[in-house]
Amino acid sequence: MLNKNYLEISQVGIEFATSGEPFRALQNVNLAIAKGEFISLIGHSGCGKSTVLNIVAGLYNATEGGIILEGREVDEPGPDRAVVFQNHALMPWLTVYQNVELAVKCVFKKTKTKAEIRDWIEHNLSLVHMEHAVHKLPSELSGGMKQRVGIARCLAMQPKVLLMDEPFGALDALTRAHLQDSLMDIQQRLDNTVIMITHDVDEAVLLSDRIVMMTNGPAASIGEVLSIDLPRPRNRVVLADDPAFNHYRQQVLRFLYEKQKNPADKNAVAG
Amino acid sequence: MSATPLTKPVLSKKAQFRELFNVATLRLLMDRAIKMLALPGFGILVFLFLWQLLANNIITSLGQFPGPNQVWEQSKSLVTEHRRERSKETAFYQRQEVRNAKKLADDPSATVKIRSYTGKATFLDQIFTSLLTVAFGFMVATLVAVPLGILCGLSESLYRCINPIIQTFKPVSPLAWLPLVTMVVSALYVSDDPLFDKAFLTSAFTVALCCLWPTVVNTIVGVASIDRDLINVSRVLRLGSLVHIRKVVIPSAIPLIFTGLRLSLATGWMVLIAAEMLAQNPGLGKFIWDEFQNGSSNSLGRIMVAVLVIGIIGFILDSLMLALQKHLSWDKQATLR
Ligand SMILES: Nc1ncnc2c1ncn2[C@@H]1O[C@H](COP(=O)(O)OP(=O)(O)OP(=O)(O)O)[C@@H](O)[C@H]1O
Ligand SMILES: [Mg+2]
Repeated sequence: MLNKNYLEISQVGIEFATSGEPFRALQNVNLAIAKGEFISLIGHSGCGKSTVLNIVAGLYNATEGGIILEGREVDEPGPDRAVVFQNHALMPWLTVYQNVELAVKCVFKKTKTKAEIRDWIEHNLSLVHMEHAVHKLPSELSGGMKQRVGIARCLAMQPKVLLMDEPFGALDALTRAHLQDSLMDIQQRLDNTVIMITHDVDEAVLLSDRIVMMTNGPAASIGEVLSIDLPRPRNRVVLADDPAFNHYRQQVLRFLYEKQKNPADKNAVAG
Repeated sequence: MSATPLTKPVLSKKAQFRELFNVATLRLLMDRAIKMLALPGFGILVFLFLWQLLANNIITSLGQFPGPNQVWEQSKSLVTEHRRERSKETAFYQRQEVRNAKKLADDPSATVKIRSYTGKATFLDQIFTSLLTVAFGFMVATLVAVPLGILCGLSESLYRCINPIIQTFKPVSPLAWLPLVTMVVSALYVSDDPLFDKAFLTSAFTVALCCLWPTVVNTIVGVASIDRDLINVSRVLRLGSLVHIRKVVIPSAIPLIFTGLRLSLATGWMVLIAAEMLAQNPGLGKFIWDEFQNGSSNSLGRIMVAVLVIGIIGFILDSLMLALQKHLSWDKQATLR
C-alpha cells in the first residue's frame, strides 16, 4: 500500500490515577495503519481497547508516546477523527436531521452553502438508509436506527479516521449483520480508514483488513496482528463455507481462548 | 408487507357521528370526566364539609371561625369594595377635570394640576402588587441563578469555591434577610424620581435572595450530570464553549433547571407573604396583617379569603411553570407533575 504510516500509534502507554497507586492500563502499544485500511481491535473485556481508541480520538492523553496522523502529532479531539460511540450518543433533544446537521455545520460551515449542507446531510442519511425518519427524535427510533444515525453523523464529517467502539454491540444478530454489510459497502466506496473495536470474531474477520489482538491487562499491549487476505467485496454467506475464512476465525479464537485466557475464567478457577 | 401505511377508511358524516357516540367512545369520555372532574370535585366537597364542621366548633375572641359560607360572602364584599373604590377614584379625577376646565375658562393663563388619588389599596390591588413583586424578584433570581448554576456545574473548581457559600445561605429564613435588605435598599436606592417604590424593592429582593438557591442547586446538578458521551461528541466536534453551553449543556440540563425554577417560584411566593406581613410592605401579606390588627367580626373571614387566594395563586403559578416546562422540554414522554 501507498502510505503504510497514515496513522501511527507510537509507543503509547497510559497510567490512570486511582485512589491507590496509579493503574497502568497500556504499555508499548505500536501500530501503523495505512490509508483506507479497516482495522479491528479485539481482546478480552477490560484489556484496554476503548482506552486505545480514546487516545487515538484525543479524548484521553497518553502518558507516554503519542498518535501521529499524516505526519503530525495529535493530542486533542477533533472532527478529523470521528467517533461512533457504543451507545449512539445522539443528542436526545435533536431530531435525526439536526443531530447530523450539528456535526456537518461544525465541519463544513465555511466551505459549503446552505443548500449543499442540506444535500450532504440527506445524502449521508440515505447511505445508512435513514432517509425515511429524518424528523424523528432519537427516543422514537429503535436501537439499530440510532446506531445508524450515529454512523451517518460520523461519515458526514468526512473524517480522516473513523473510530468505532463496539458500534454493533447492543444490537440483535440480524440488525447487526445488516449494518455490517452496509458498513462494508460504504467503507469500500468511500475508502475510509477505520478502527473498530469488537467482541465478535466473525465480525472482525468479515470486515477487517487486519485484526489487532490485544493481550490482557494490566499493562496491556498488542499481542498479534492478523492480516485478512480475503477478496472484496465479501459475502457472509459464501464466506461461511470458505476454508480460508474459517482458518482466520480459528486463529483469532486460538489467540483469545488459548494464548490469552479470559481473565474472568482465571478468577473463576482461583475462586 | 405492503409499503402503504394503514389509513382509517374514510367515513361518511353519518357514520362519523355514530362513531363518536358508540359505546367505547362514550365510556372513554365518561372515564375522563370522572378522572378530571368528578374525583377532584368530590375531594373539594368533602373538604368543605369538614371545614364547616370544624368552623362551627371554634369560637374565637373575634367570633366564630369562618366557614365556607362566610368566606364566600366576604370574598363578594371584597370585590364590591374594590368596585366602589374604583368608581370613587374615577369620580375624583372627573371632579378635578371639571374644576380645572372651569379655572381655565375663567383665566386661560391659570396653572392647573391633577393631584393623584390616594385611596386605600383594595384586596385586588394588593393581589396585583404581590404578583408584580414576586414576578420581579423571581426574575432577578433566575437571571443570577441559572448562569451561576451553569458555570458551577461546568467547573468543578468554581463549584468547590462557591459551594460553602451556597450551603450557608440556603437555609437562611427570609425574615432574617429582611432588615438588612430594607436598610441596604434605603441606603443605596436614592433617586429624586424613583422608578420603583422602596417597599417594592425590599420585598422583591428578599424574595430573590430566597428563591435563588433551589435554582442554583438544581442547575448545578443538571449541568454536572450531562452524559459523558454527549460531552465527548462536543469535544470531537470542537464546539466553542458558548456553542457547547447553548447546544449541549442547556438542553440536557433543562429538566432539572425547571425543577429548580418551580421550587424557587413556590418558595418565593411563600417568602413574599411573610416579608410583606413583617415589613408592612404593600401586598397580600399587609392585607392579612391589617385585617388582623383591625379585628372586626369580618376579619377572620377576610383573612381566610386571602389564605385561599394565596393558595390558588401559588397553584396557578406552578401550573404555568409546568406548562412552560412541558412546552420547552424535549422529552415529551416524561411524566411531569
Ligand atoms: N478513566 C479511567 N480511570 C481509571 N481506570 C480506567 C479508566 N478508563 C479505563 N480504566 C481501566 O483501564 C482498563 C481498560 O479499560 P477499557 O475501558 O479500555 O477496557 P475495554 O477493553 O474497552 O473493555 P470492554 O471490552 O469491556 O469495553 C480497565 O481495567 C479499566 O478499569
Ligand atoms: Mg470498551
